[in-house]
Amino acid sequence: MPIIFDKVNYVYSKGTAYEKQALKNISLKIEDGQFIGIIGHTGSGKSTLIQHFNGLIKATSGAVYFNGRDIYEDDYPMKELRTKVGLVFQYPEHQLFETTIFDDVCFGPINQGLSKNEAGLRAFEALKNVGIPESLFYQSPFDLSGGQKRRVAIAGVLAMKPEVLILDEPTAGLDPKGRDEILDLIEKMHRERKITVLLVSHSMEDVAKYVQRMIVMNNGEIMYDGTPKEVFRHYKELEAVSLAAPQVTYLVHELKEHGMDIGLDVTTVEEAKQQILRLFHIEG
Amino acid sequence: MGIIKASKLVHEYIRRDEEGNVESILKAVDHVDFDIKEGDFIAILGHNGSGKSTFAKHINVLLTPSEGTLWVDGKDTGDADNISAVRRLAGMVFQNPDNQIIASVVEEDVGFGPENLGVPTAEIWNRVKESLQSVGMLNYRSHSPNKLSGGQKQRVAIAGVMAMEPKCIVLDEPTAMLDPSGRKEVLSAVHKLNQEKGITVLLITHYMEEVTEADYVYVMDQGKIVMQGTPREIFSKPDMLAEYRLDVPQITLLAHKLKQSGIPLREGILTRAELREELLNLYRRRNGNANYI
Repeated sequence: MPIIFDKVNYVYSKGTAYEKQALKNISLKIEDGQFIGIIGHTGSGKSTLIQHFNGLIKATSGAVYFNGRDIYEDDYPMKELRTKVGLVFQYPEHQLFETTIFDDVCFGPINQGLSKNEAGLRAFEALKNVGIPESLFYQSPFDLSGGQKRRVAIAGVLAMKPEVLILDEPTAGLDPKGRDEILDLIEKMHRERKITVLLVSHSMEDVAKYVQRMIVMNNGEIMYDGTPKEVFRHYKELEAVSLAAPQVTYLVHELKEHGMDIGLDVTTVEEAKQQILRLFHIEG
Repeated sequence: MGIIKASKLVHEYIRRDEEGNVESILKAVDHVDFDIKEGDFIAILGHNGSGKSTFAKHINVLLTPSEGTLWVDGKDTGDADNISAVRRLAGMVFQNPDNQIIASVVEEDVGFGPENLGVPTAEIWNRVKESLQSVGMLNYRSHSPNKLSGGQKQRVAIAGVMAMEPKCIVLDEPTAMLDPSGRKEVLSAVHKLNQEKGITVLLITHYMEEVTEADYVYVMDQGKIVMQGTPREIFSKPDMLAEYRLDVPQITLLAHKLKQSGIPLREGILTRAELREELLNLYRRRNGNANYI
């Protein structure tokens, strides 16, 4: 069930002094089961873009197709779309509100119209998936650590069994271990459940490590769309738009400039290690 | 005594039920001793919930010690008469730039602090100009903060603290919400204040790369200081850091793995430039050798 954007434009506060075009002629296709990273500087249009995927924002012009159908049709089942496309906002733990962790995760499926039993089963499974131990299920979500709260919030979206999972900077403010845990969890969801994942991130290192495809936003337009290797080849252009490449990418370019005969398509620590070991004739 | 000195500092969060009976006590800071020299750039690392923010909030008396003592520039923060003096000495910058900016024009926002201190108007304008200059934001003085990028907003927040002429700035994850350029801008502004104006800096962060240029690093876990040393000393112990839910900069990790695979690199490489020079030297030495295959 691919998602297709056809010449999508979005203008904030149209007709006022604050008018701003946040998206300009965006056309793209998201295939089933892809793991996609979206990067861009603050104000580049990333958050506006992702809110189009489940119809939270309606394009000023252009069309969005989900599973072949135009989501702006009058009789389109918007509620169903929002359960199929799960959106995890920045700092999702600020949206926890129930008295117990379990009830909080049940909230989505119950709103979906599922019975209490069914919702409970979904919540149970989702909480297990994100690694929250059963002993915590009936405690207040507000007593958890930052990383655990975020897992509960993500479980709340997973319990609706989305086919597409969109996360807006899911690791902001987490310690390094917490960052790895959340990203490994998302990667596992993608691998095991074959869900499509769109990950908005400011960490080039994380994007390089996890995603298959990268979309780079700049001033409301798509600047690059390709594999991390392809995109990070343009590291100089990325810097010009407030982004960067992973540290190891810079390192191999610098080594090459200083006369070492090293391959430049390096975006992760492991790749850099292999390239450098090859130069020193050591088997990795 | 340094500018910030803590002696057996304890902070407890006490939870009470509806009748006021104590339900639970959490020791967020547990007998911590710190002695920070004036003019130092200090980094504090630790996982979520390790107690770093609780400790930091003591420095400008947002919290007071449950036990033990904290002195800022020799003033005991537990003494209520010292509160306003200590807050003037130590300013704080938080994670979310949007929560810290209150005025609709940049220069008014920066002037808010000194105005509250009762500084004469002419002097306020001097301070506003100087602080905005020190963070490279003078050109934006008459702009609306809404239109700024995250990094620019954070620099305005730092200017707002500078206008109160503190001796010390505490930054609690100031770059967590910023893009790569924003992170760089804020870090270099803070380093400049430290080097040029001698401001003591305490930086709390989860980005290991931001710590490599600090003078000294503390690692906290369960309210206690569990590691301390120069960045090189701290980052040469990746396994120990992992136990505290932390990691090392990407370059340090790469150097560590290369060393394990047999490339004779020295320990504790922190920056790209260091690793590059080490590798180039080794490579040239090898290629200069006729036996090299």
